[in-house]
Amino acid sequence: MSFLDLDEFLFDLAEQVEIVFSPVASDIKTYPEGVDLCLVEGAVANADNLELALQVRRRTAVVVSFGDCAVTANVPGLRNLITPGGRDSAMAALQRSYLELADSQAQIPVAPGVVPELLPRVLPLHEVIPVDVYLPGCPPSAARIRACLEPMLRGERPRLEGPEMLRFG
Amino acid sequence: MSRTITIDPVTRIEGHARITLQLDADGRLEGARFHVVEYRGFERFCEGHPFTEMAGITARICGICPVSHLLAAAKTGDKLLAVTIPPAAEKLRRLLNLAQLTQSHALSFFHLSSPDFLLGWECDPAKRNVFGLMAADPELARSGIRLRQFGQQILELLGGRKIHAAWAVPGGVRSPLSPEAREWILGRLPEAKATVTTALELYKQLLDGPLQREQRTFGDFESLFLGLVNGEGQWEHIEGGPQGGLRIRASDGSIVADRLSEDDYASFLGEAVEPWSYLKFPYYKPLGYPQGIYRVGPLARLNVCDRVGTPWADAELEELRQRSGVGPGRMITSSFAYHHARLVEIVACLEAIERLVCDEELMHGRIRARASLNRNEAVGVSEAPRGTLFHHYRVDDHGLITRVNLIIATGQNNLAMNSTVTQIAREFIPDPVPADAEIPEPLLNRIEAGIRCFDPCLSCSTHAAGQMPLRLELRAADGRLLAERSRG
Repeated sequence: MSFLDLDEFLFDLAEQVEIVFSPVASDIKTYPEGVDLCLVEGAVANADNLELALQVRRRTAVVVSFGDCAVTANVPGLRNLITPGGRDSAMAALQRSYLELADSQAQIPVAPGVVPELLPRVLPLHEVIPVDVYLPGCPPSAARIRACLEPMLRGERPRLEGPEMLRFG
Repeated sequence: MSRTITIDPVTRIEGHARITLQLDADGRLEGARFHVVEYRGFERFCEGHPFTEMAGITARICGICPVSHLLAAAKTGDKLLAVTIPPAAEKLRRLLNLAQLTQSHALSFFHLSSPDFLLGWECDPAKRNVFGLMAADPELARSGIRLRQFGQQILELLGGRKIHAAWAVPGGVRSPLSPEAREWILGRLPEAKATVTTALELYKQLLDGPLQREQRTFGDFESLFLGLVNGEGQWEHIEGGPQGGLRIRASDGSIVADRLSEDDYASFLGEAVEPWSYLKFPYYKPLGYPQGIYRVGPLARLNVCDRVGTPWADAELEELRQRSGVGPGRMITSSFAYHHARLVEIVACLEAIERLVCDEELMHGRIRARASLNRNEAVGVSEAPRGTLFHHYRVDDHGLITRVNLIIATGQNNLAMNSTVTQIAREFIPDPVPADAEIPEPLLNRIEAGIRCFDPCLSCSTHAAGQMPLRLELRAADGRLLAERSRG
């Protein structure tokens, strides 16, 4: 959503790029082939996230690990701290929400093919696919997103330096 | 042979979800389900953290409505400290929430939902989005973007950043509003008002014309409605005060319960689990599950209140009620009316922002009450853009969390969202669906649009891993497309 804080710069962007896949800004349901650049946000926490990350990598030239959750697993990664070594942390969290904090029909949701299974540990993006550019921030501010995108629009590699561009949080 | 048709992912919403339609052997619709497919486990992993960190951690639940969690966490913290916060702090928090409601509703209307109405259900799905709107009606898109920017900018003026400012704290807020910031807000208000005026005019024209069937069939059913009201029974979004509280109304307008305290939420709200979704299903306990279906959010807030309390919003609310064709005193039951309700709430917010920034008490320097831990358990409530939000914490004597329960606004609309997709599917899907036939995309998009009425924020129960891929075309000055650049 910080991306939408680019506000009127979105008009400039729209003149130079085509958004081909985005849950919030496109109704296209399938990740297309031959994508030049993809900003991937969020930690990899379940089977669907993993599958999509692999597909994104196969079909994309440049993958940006976008925001602290993708870069470090951040807040979703707190789940890994529940149990020693993060083992079975998914089960510990699921039990609390769906068995202990439920008043009716307490059960852990299971629906193969519909409700994706959680991964045993929450992972940052680079642990499942190679990443080309890291953009930290929770969220990266609009200024930081521009500083990352504008060089790439010119075909250059972004050089993010100093706390204004690299500080987490 | 029975079939399942899947819409995956549901797009132009916040978060990750699927919709499935179940057809029997004859191709007849058995039902439709809305599945939320992400889960993170905040209720478990917040344990052991100091309660003062809860605002910072829970704000990360969502990038659209972090302010709601910030305020709910701060209000729960106030109660753990057992303090009354200074009047200026109460007003500054109020301003923060009004700014958030404005930006979030603008995002829902302009960026996410309006492509359906303005570009049309039949529009090419590759263009039916905010970028398509920017191409088709740049002036309207720009004004919508700037309306959201107005709200976001107020958040930044108060908290130092647009998203995840850790500004509201147990006992009050961290910093006052500067006189320059107040001037900026006053300077941008006329433009914001003009934008919402235009949006309302445009939307009413659509309601009179092409959107009549949607208004009738997008989740029009009886349910309870829940929301905060103040001591006079007026629209409220953060703190009902000693005489205010939560009100529950039935579709016939009767008040089922009034001035309920969030402290007692567990006595009247329960949560059920279905195996096919990570989003739990809250219900009104006295009626049981699933008969205790209720709705929260913009439409619910405007339904439960007697009036807003500011002139322009009250006039718009009156018109909303008239246009919905419900009798005097009855509730508006069509979920499609959430879109209209959101615009009316933006009006209410702009009027309230104007009053607040002209209030001298807002600028008073005392903004934080300081105390140490004085209680071990508390419940905080706030009205998020999507509805009523509850945070419930238990802490040990060191202030470390031992138990957390969060009841998220969007979750409370879960039963209603499922009823809505079922109703739309029954209205628009061929009966029966021929065995080898595909359902046309515009019909499936209408079912998704039923979910967009509620403007769900699924990250609040989950954490979406959204992508924003871009195709970079490098062009020479003469417009020639240059070769794809190399990596590294």
